[in-house]
Order: sequence, then structure tokens, then C-alpha cells
Amino acid sequence: MNKRFDVVICGGGLVGLTLGVALGQYGVETAIIDSIPLDNYLSKEFDGRASSIALGSKNLLDTIGVWSNIKSQAQPILQIRVSDGNSPFFLHYDHLDVGDDPLGWMVENRSLRQSLLQKIKEYPNIKQYVPISVKSVDFRNNFVIFNLSNGDKIESSLAVAADGRNSFMRQQAAIKVTEIPYKQTGIVCTVKHEYSHQGIAHERFLPSGPFAILPLANNCSSIVWTEKNSIAPKILNLKPQDFMNELRERFGNFLGRIDLVGSRWSYPLSLCHANNYVSRRLALIGDAAHSIHPIAGQGFNLGIRDCAILAEFIVENCRLGLDLGNDELLKKYQSYRRFDSVMMIAVTHGLNHLFSNHSGALQVVRGMGLSAVNQAPPIKRFFMRHAMGLVGDLPRLVRGEQI
Amino acid sequence: MEPAESLKKHTNTMNKNDHNVSNEEVEKFSNLADKWWDPHGPFRPLHQINPVRLMYIRSNLCLHFNLNPQNMSPLLNLSILDIGCGGGLIAEPLAKMGANVTAIDASEKNINAAQIHSINSGLNINYKSVTAESLVDKGIKFDVVLALETIEHVKDLASFIKICSLLIKPNGAVFFSTLNRTPKSWVLGIIAAEYVLGWLPRGTHDWKKFVKPSELVSLMKQEQMNPSDISGLSYNPLTNDWSKTNNLSVNYILFGEKIIK
Repeated sequence: MNKRFDVVICGGGLVGLTLGVALGQYGVETAIIDSIPLDNYLSKEFDGRASSIALGSKNLLDTIGVWSNIKSQAQPILQIRVSDGNSPFFLHYDHLDVGDDPLGWMVENRSLRQSLLQKIKEYPNIKQYVPISVKSVDFRNNFVIFNLSNGDKIESSLAVAADGRNSFMRQQAAIKVTEIPYKQTGIVCTVKHEYSHQGIAHERFLPSGPFAILPLANNCSSIVWTEKNSIAPKILNLKPQDFMNELRERFGNFLGRIDLVGSRWSYPLSLCHANNYVSRRLALIGDAAHSIHPIAGQGFNLGIRDCAILAEFIVENCRLGLDLGNDELLKKYQSYRRFDSVMMIAVTHGLNHLFSNHSGALQVVRGMGLSAVNQAPPIKRFFMRHAMGLVGDLPRLVRGEQI
Repeated sequence: MEPAESLKKHTNTMNKNDHNVSNEEVEKFSNLADKWWDPHGPFRPLHQINPVRLMYIRSNLCLHFNLNPQNMSPLLNLSILDIGCGGGLIAEPLAKMGANVTAIDASEKNINAAQIHSINSGLNINYKSVTAESLVDKGIKFDVVLALETIEHVKDLASFIKICSLLIKPNGAVFFSTLNRTPKSWVLGIIAAEYVLGWLPRGTHDWKKFVKPSELVSLMKQEQMNPSDISGLSYNPLTNDWSKTNNLSVNYILFGEKIIK
């Protein structure tokens, strides 16, 4: 007989691992399948990005027992300064406006991955299939069968697609997506600087796209530099000295001397939203459901909130002995998650469009918009709380409670 | 007599109208046995009401037997008898929660369907197409007896309640759920569910056999069972959800304890 699990998660990236750890903690029999060898995941060259962790996401990571490992590597974001090119207007978010907690934390993806992988080893009910890929999948009425590249066949009541923007599982379930390419590339690197960043994140809207300086631990900053597709390859291929000159021009000198730490990475940017988050015995989470513009640093947070509510539904159904692939659970998951994601897509997509251009008229409107928001504390607080992951009917893990 | 033979005997005598099951009732559900597990099929209402029923059963059992509802197998080793188990919609979740489940149904087709499904689910449930009376004859007793959406189908309610009581161990627990006999339950339980919405096949229920909570409670007390809680199960058409309420006018569920003697 095929090995049977309650849940099979396809994709062991940050979001897939987070769900895996959450299910591990509550004793759900789970398999995680990923085609990339674990060593590659942890190598310095694999992923140079850092993620912003909203307060709600931090609560979840804390509740599933991984935050304690990440904490020392997490840089609290105390203020956010948003500015529009050289316009005199800017929007200022201070964490003291909404309470004592920071606005969020910046953590390198490598640290996140390491802590999650370490935690997952503690759970005998989590089986990792790596480096193994799914060759084919059969969504039956009563269960799902996976044919794996190592020849194994496994089954589960519920399949979870956490396999990213180009999700294989999503394609197998014939779920269509709405995709809008941004014609922008995200250039990512880390710099060390002379003066302290004091926990301030800077978001500058330059005509070619947003340019973000995000504070990391050890007095470093993560740079997310959005550039038009036509220009990005040229910048990426510049000699180190020339690259740094281009970077300094955008970065400014307010933190003193800056030096590159590690490599430069680039990621094509597009909006990709699945038309459905569920189909028969399948739930999409993270980028498989919604990959968004990094402008507001919300991609991973959306994925975490997917995990939070899905884990809650899975654990509750499991404790009642109910079928985890039941339609009611899937429908509820979709209805809970869609609104939040679509809101975030609208905000990030709108911001990027509004700011990524040269129009003088628009710049005036933008300036007025920024200062209007700045002067209307309730609106500002709402935006802040949404970005902190604290708006709406919150899953228990996001409130920092056990399921 | 070998158990298998005894089982066979019961099955053979089932149509002889010599026990507390009416024949028309058995036929009605047998035709539907294969469809039990289709969440969009004729038993859709049961699939929808299942989570709230299971939550009710689990929370009361956990309180009564001092068990932890947050455990993945909260009902570990409790012996449970499910009378009128149908396709096993309650029996399987209870088995997954760790209970040793015996599930009986007067219809052999139901039992066959339930058995096949439980084997495919990798569960070990003791399914038998026998009557509750026959278990009394054998002197078997359980920690918990359930008769859910069953009592409105039996011929003689008083003797059925007595049989249930005889099957419970001292300090054991019992659950009944059924439809109340009110004008509202006639409109919603029969007219709406069977004729307007088509949730159930026409003729599934006979309103005259619906049971008032007061009738059930007094029968239970006569048979040394103490009703500890009665709750309504109400459907919200806006959210398409069932929830536990204080409104007993249509569907209700009752938890009782066997008095130790």
C-alpha cells in the first residue's frame, strides 16, 4: 500500500516550510516534497533576498517556535520614510504611532530557511522528500496520489501547492492565472555602511521604479532596486566599481561609506494571481496563489497568513477526524484569503504604477496624496496596521495564540 | 454459535419484522448507500451538519471523561457504539479520533458501503448489520452510545431508548439527535428540506415521528439516563453553515449520562 499522509506540501520554500513546521507542531502527518537539495538552499549563493516580517507574521513564527532562533538576526524596523524622487513631500511612519512594537523586522531569507529546516527536524510526523520532484499527480475523489521522481507513490487527503510563481501543482489542477508583467527587474544586494541605519527603512520612488533601503542586523542594509527590464542587465553586468557608483547615486551618502557584501541577484517582477486558490483536494499558498510586487515587502507576509489560516483549518478538522480535503474547508480557506491578497495586490500594483513614471502632474498629485495620508492619522494607522498584518478577522497563529 | 453465523442469522431475519426496525425505512436508505460519501450527493445535509455534531460530541465527551480536545486522538480507547450508522459519516471521524467504534445499521447495504469506505480510509471499525437488541442479548456494553438522526425512524421509541440505556456502561454517555415536532420543523424539516430545496429525497421523514425534547427527556429519565445538555443545531442560509444554538425548534442534539447504580 502507498504511504499515506494527511497533507502533502509540494514545495519546501519559506512558505511551504512554515506550513510544515506549523503542522508538525500539532501532530498532523505531513510530507514536504522539494526538488532542490537542502545544501543548495543553505548556500550563500542561493538567495540573497531578505524578507520583511510583519508583526502578525512574527507572532506566527513565535508560536511555532522558530522566532527564538531568528530573533538575533532580525532587525526591527522602527520608522519608514517614503519619498517621491526629489519632491519635498514625504510620508513618515513611526512605530510609536501604533504602539510599542516595531513596524516589522527585516530578516535574511537564508536565516529564515535555516531556522525552519532546523525546527522541522524535531517533528517525526514530518517527512521530507528531497531532492525529489512530483512527476505526476492524480486528484481523486477521496484522496490525492503523487508519483515521485524516486519511484515512490504517496497519498494524502489534501495537497498543498507551495511551489511558487510557476507552480507545477497549479498547472496540474488546471487553475488559470491572471498575470501582468511589470517590465521591471528587482536587483537585490546587501551593503554595509559606515553609520547606523537606526532601524529606518527608506523607500524612494524613482522614475524607473521603487528603490528600497531596508535595515538588516549588523549594520547592513538590503537593497531592492527596481529597474526597467531594458536597463537592468546592463547594471547587473557592470564592473563592481561602476555598479557601486550607480548604487551610490541612488543611495545617497547619508549613511557614509557603503560597501557591497556578497553577490548581486536579480528577479523578474510580475503580478501573478491565481483565479482560484483551491480545486479538488488542493490548496494554493504563497506565490503559487499570488506573487506580488516587492514594493511594500508584503509577499512573504501574505504567504504566512495563508499558512496561518490553512493550518488552523487543517488542525481543527484533523482533531475532529474529518476529511482534510473536504470542500467546505477549501472554500472557507479561499474566502478567508482572497480578500486580503486582492487588497494587497491593489495597493502594491497601484503604488508601483502611480510612482514608476516621470509625469510632473502626477508627481504633484502624489505629493499631495502622501502629505494627505501623513496628516490623517486614522488612514495612516489603517495602512500601517494592514501592512503589519493586523487587519481583519485574524487567524489564531497570527494573534500569537495556539490552535 | 460462531459470530459470523450469528451475524448471518440476524441478517436473514432482518426482513421478518420481528424487531424494532420498520422495513420501509431500511429499503429507503439501502438504495442510497453508495451515495453516502458524496458531499454533493443526497446526504449533503449530513456532511454539512457533521462538523458541528462532531464538535458537540467531542467537547462533551472530553468534559465527561476528562480528555484533552486538543489531542489528535482525543477519544483514545473509548468504546463507542453508533446505532444507525448509515455510511459511517460519524463512525469514521470518531475512529480517527482514536475511539474503538462499533457501528451498526439495519441496512446491510449501508454496512457494506461503510465497510468498503473505512477500509479505503485505513480505519478499523467494527461494522455489523445487526440490531441494537441483539447486542443487548449478548450483554455487550459501551462507554458511549450514539443514536444520531435515528430515533425518528424507529417503530417504538420507548423500547429503543430502553435498549440504548442497557448498552451503556455505568457512568457512560449517550447522545441523541433528531428533529423536534413543531410547526417550524414541519415547514423546514419536511417542506423546505424535501420539497423546496430538495436536500433530502421526498418521504425521508415522517413528521409525526419527530420527537419533542420533553418526550425524549422523560423516556431517558425512566431508563436511568440523566440529560446533561440539549442544544439546537441551526442552519444559517446566509453563511451556509450549521451551528450550535439555543433554539430547539427544528434540529437538536442531546447529551446524557448513564446514572451509576
